[in-house]
Amino acid sequence: MWWRSASFILDRQQEQNTNLPPNPESLLLSSPPPSMADSLQNPKPDISAYYQTRAAHHAVVTSDWLAQAQAAVSVQTNDDVSSGSDGRVAPTCGGTGGDNKTFSVIDEFNSWRKQPDLAEAVAAIRALAAVIRASQATTMMELEIELKKASDSLKAWDATSISLTAGCDLFMRYVTRTSALEYEDFNSARYRLIERAEKFGEISYKARRIIAMLSQDFIFDGCTILVHGFSRVVLEVLKTAAQNKKHFRVFCTEGRPDRTGLRLSNELAKLDVPVKLLIDSAVAYTMDEVDMVLVGADGVVESGGIINMMGTYQIALVSHSMNKPVYVAAESYKFARLYPLDQKDMGPALRTIDFGVPIPSKVEVEKSARDYTPPQYLTLLFTDLGVLTPSVVSDELIQLYL
Amino acid sequence: MDPRRTARTVSDPKVRQVGFFTPAPPERSISDPPRFQDPIQPPSPSSTQVNDQSPSGNSLSPVMIPPAHHHSDNFLRTALQATSPPKAFSYSAKTVTIPPENEDVASSFSPGRKVVSAKSPSSFPGVKASSVPASELTTVSVVNLPPGISEKAGGASVEVQNDRPVSAKTLKEKTSKAERRALQEAQRAAKAAAKAEGTKASSAASKVVTSANTKPSKATKPSSQKNDGSQVAASEKKGGDRAPEKDRKKDAPHPRMQYDDKSRVEKAKKRAVVKQTEARNRVELFRHLPQYEHGTQLPDLETKFFELDPMHPAVYKVGLQYLSGDIRGGNARCIAMFQAFKEAIKDYSTPPEKTLIRDLTARISSYVSFLIECRPLSISMGNAIKFLKNRIAKLPLALSESEAKSMLMLDIDRFINEKIILSEKVIVKHAVTKIRDGDVLLTYGASSVVEMILLHAHELGKHFRVVVVDSRPKLEGQLLLRRLVRKGLSCTYTHVNAVSCIMQDVTRVFLGASSVLSNGTVYSRVGTACVAMVAHAFCVPVLVCCEAYKFHERVQLDSICFNELGNPDAISKVQGREEINYLDGFVNQENLQLLNLIYDATPSDYVSMVITDYGMIPPTSVPVIVREYRRDHLWS
Repeated sequence: MWWRSASFILDRQQEQNTNLPPNPESLLLSSPPPSMADSLQNPKPDISAYYQTRAAHHAVVTSDWLAQAQAAVSVQTNDDVSSGSDGRVAPTCGGTGGDNKTFSVIDEFNSWRKQPDLAEAVAAIRALAAVIRASQATTMMELEIELKKASDSLKAWDATSISLTAGCDLFMRYVTRTSALEYEDFNSARYRLIERAEKFGEISYKARRIIAMLSQDFIFDGCTILVHGFSRVVLEVLKTAAQNKKHFRVFCTEGRPDRTGLRLSNELAKLDVPVKLLIDSAVAYTMDEVDMVLVGADGVVESGGIINMMGTYQIALVSHSMNKPVYVAAESYKFARLYPLDQKDMGPALRTIDFGVPIPSKVEVEKSARDYTPPQYLTLLFTDLGVLTPSVVSDELIQLYL
Repeated sequence: MDPRRTARTVSDPKVRQVGFFTPAPPERSISDPPRFQDPIQPPSPSSTQVNDQSPSGNSLSPVMIPPAHHHSDNFLRTALQATSPPKAFSYSAKTVTIPPENEDVASSFSPGRKVVSAKSPSSFPGVKASSVPASELTTVSVVNLPPGISEKAGGASVEVQNDRPVSAKTLKEKTSKAERRALQEAQRAAKAAAKAEGTKASSAASKVVTSANTKPSKATKPSSQKNDGSQVAASEKKGGDRAPEKDRKKDAPHPRMQYDDKSRVEKAKKRAVVKQTEARNRVELFRHLPQYEHGTQLPDLETKFFELDPMHPAVYKVGLQYLSGDIRGGNARCIAMFQAFKEAIKDYSTPPEKTLIRDLTARISSYVSFLIECRPLSISMGNAIKFLKNRIAKLPLALSESEAKSMLMLDIDRFINEKIILSEKVIVKHAVTKIRDGDVLLTYGASSVVEMILLHAHELGKHFRVVVVDSRPKLEGQLLLRRLVRKGLSCTYTHVNAVSCIMQDVTRVFLGASSVLSNGTVYSRVGTACVAMVAHAFCVPVLVCCEAYKFHERVQLDSICFNELGNPDAISKVQGREEINYLDGFVNQENLQLLNLIYDATPSDYVSMVITDYGMIPPTSVPVIVREYRRDHLWS
């Protein structure tokens, strides 16, 4: 590792001169057509809602693509459109998309979700807080039932989003079994719940900060980090490392269908961190230069494994076979009581994939958006609860939920 | 009387020693004072002296309290030995014949017998337990005096009876030295005789048991309890009575006794009710495990039924069923045991002067040691017993006997319901979510939970196939197979030899477990590890279904240090296949060792998931469950 650090300086200079500048542009140029094609080609129901908004948030290019998308208006694309404007549009889309019987948690949720910096779980909890606020309940039990209904409809609305589910569960947990219930009168208990929900966004932001701080010990001068996908936490970690004047370089995978890697490399370039973009299939090729793999997670499951963007598993496998550490940065509200045994053991989150050319109808396309990485391929998890080995996740979950 | 005994210190030590010590000198390693007392005691006639000498202080309880100095040195010393009261007691017990197994007060049972009175408290004058009121003495003394020997020293004083032979003398008389000596001799003879008798299981009516060892260590127990006077008294009594019982407990094979330790094995054997003959040629590595020739002891035991008076028939029955293999499987054994205990508790009545809590615990222990003799306990049974004992110990003192009993029986029912039956249901609920259409599920042996899972999944209309893997000699898989086929599941049956061939078709492996240990090791029917490893090699997820009450905090790295050996004949012979009994006549060869292991340990690496009543957890989280829910398990 250290022997590499000397050459690293050289690498860096080279790369700064050559690689980096071109990247952002190329990415800007290349990405719009595919994403638009996506929205046009594929009927929405196929796509997990989670990835719909993700696409909206994370699309590298928004403005011109938006224009095109709008031109192609269809009811179904509402969701994406709304992201461009602001949360106000959401209610209508919620009306069409999810069948919401209540005052519409889902609308609420969606409107929160439009804020790019807000995690899903936080949006869910804010939505539930809105339920509390709007509720006419006069007893805790009533409120609880109402909340339960709301969270169930939220969960049902997008069964594929793990952090949404986890966030709902977490909040329900808090409502049903905490000191909040001990308040003498209902109103103060209610108030307290709302307050807590409001704070949650802050907590999630803080969690990111904590994770960034904790992970600094693992990023050393001269190291090369391979990242996959776009994760706010990972970005925060790298940002903090850059601010701490660490010298490191980052390899970004392209992150194929929605090209999240491009976006990350974009962000990193802004921070003056040397970045190299790889196509997803070049992971094994570059692995010997890599000192560590750092990924985010959609969800951390009971076994300590993670569910993350498609491709994480193979990166973990490659790095495991080359004895490179794999670190995962994830907030603790992503811990979910799931236990997939293998890749097919969870409901697939489907996503459109654009191949640039029309695909004959006889050809089947694997549309799953994420995969499951078993715990034995992970080295450590950076969470706001501390730096954990995968096996501790279950410990925390048991304490949280049982 | 005891106090008086101490008073005896006056008499010269030597004489007493002689009288006292004859049979079991080694145990007497105790400090002098106790001895003195003991020897004296038998000739209790000296009691008069006692009366004289024993001040009210004597009557004090044995509770460990800094001794008062006013007494003679002896007293002090005795007092100092914290345990002393029990010891003294036990000594006396020796001389006296007590019904061995009923640790409880014999007095209630057999009037004819002389019971050593609970004088023990008084016996240690040196100790002043201020806490103990004199009243205890009265409470203590419930003694049936043999007609010959009766002497009561005032209401408060307790009678001490000595050996029956001696009894002829009235205690009050003062005996001369010579007389005393004569007495002692007589006692000794009596004792020897008694012992001879006692070694055979004491018959129900009047058995004389000489408590074999009174060890100083035992004494500690009684002393530890400080309660109100009545309790103390009771406990002391127990101390005395218990001696035999304790021996039993001690000698019953410790669950993890090392059977290659000869001296211990000898001791255990002496105690054993079930006379198991040991198999001759044992594999070197496994000498520390008990191995018996099976099949011979049944008739033997049956004849013994009437000799084992403290054994409740229900417990006895279950023991025999374990022995003959009629009841097997962790849950079945555990439930059977608990139901037998329930019966026993139902029929239990606290002997006078005993407290239910202590007496019942002791009784349960003796049942357990009997069961261990029949077949080593499974870990689940160990946990269940721990639970029961804990419940007994936690019984509120204020409860009446019938209330306490019904509470215990309720607890037992609750345990069976919640920890076994309900948790099986929860496990089934979780496990079914892991079965998809088109799956091929493999299971090994016959696990009740796995069976329930398969049946339930079938009821839900899932389409899957089952592969039942089995192995000799028990062929339990056939039972499972029968039930599955009858319900219309599509099954494949094979022996473990073929597991590597069949594994490539399999999508899930479901295994039962006898226990899951703290490091995630799964302790289960032998062959499980092999199946799990093959599954791992084929990247097939292995799901272990195990109720949380079977978890154990022990860590085990191999299947050698703790295991159970089955009947070696079972693997050397094939029933009904005369033509392949190649080993006929070889079984007793010096250089042939047969190994029939019952369990093995599967390292946690080969287990993808443990399904328990707390949900689906990775094997690494077993210690978390053990840690977080231990209290929950004991309901304490």
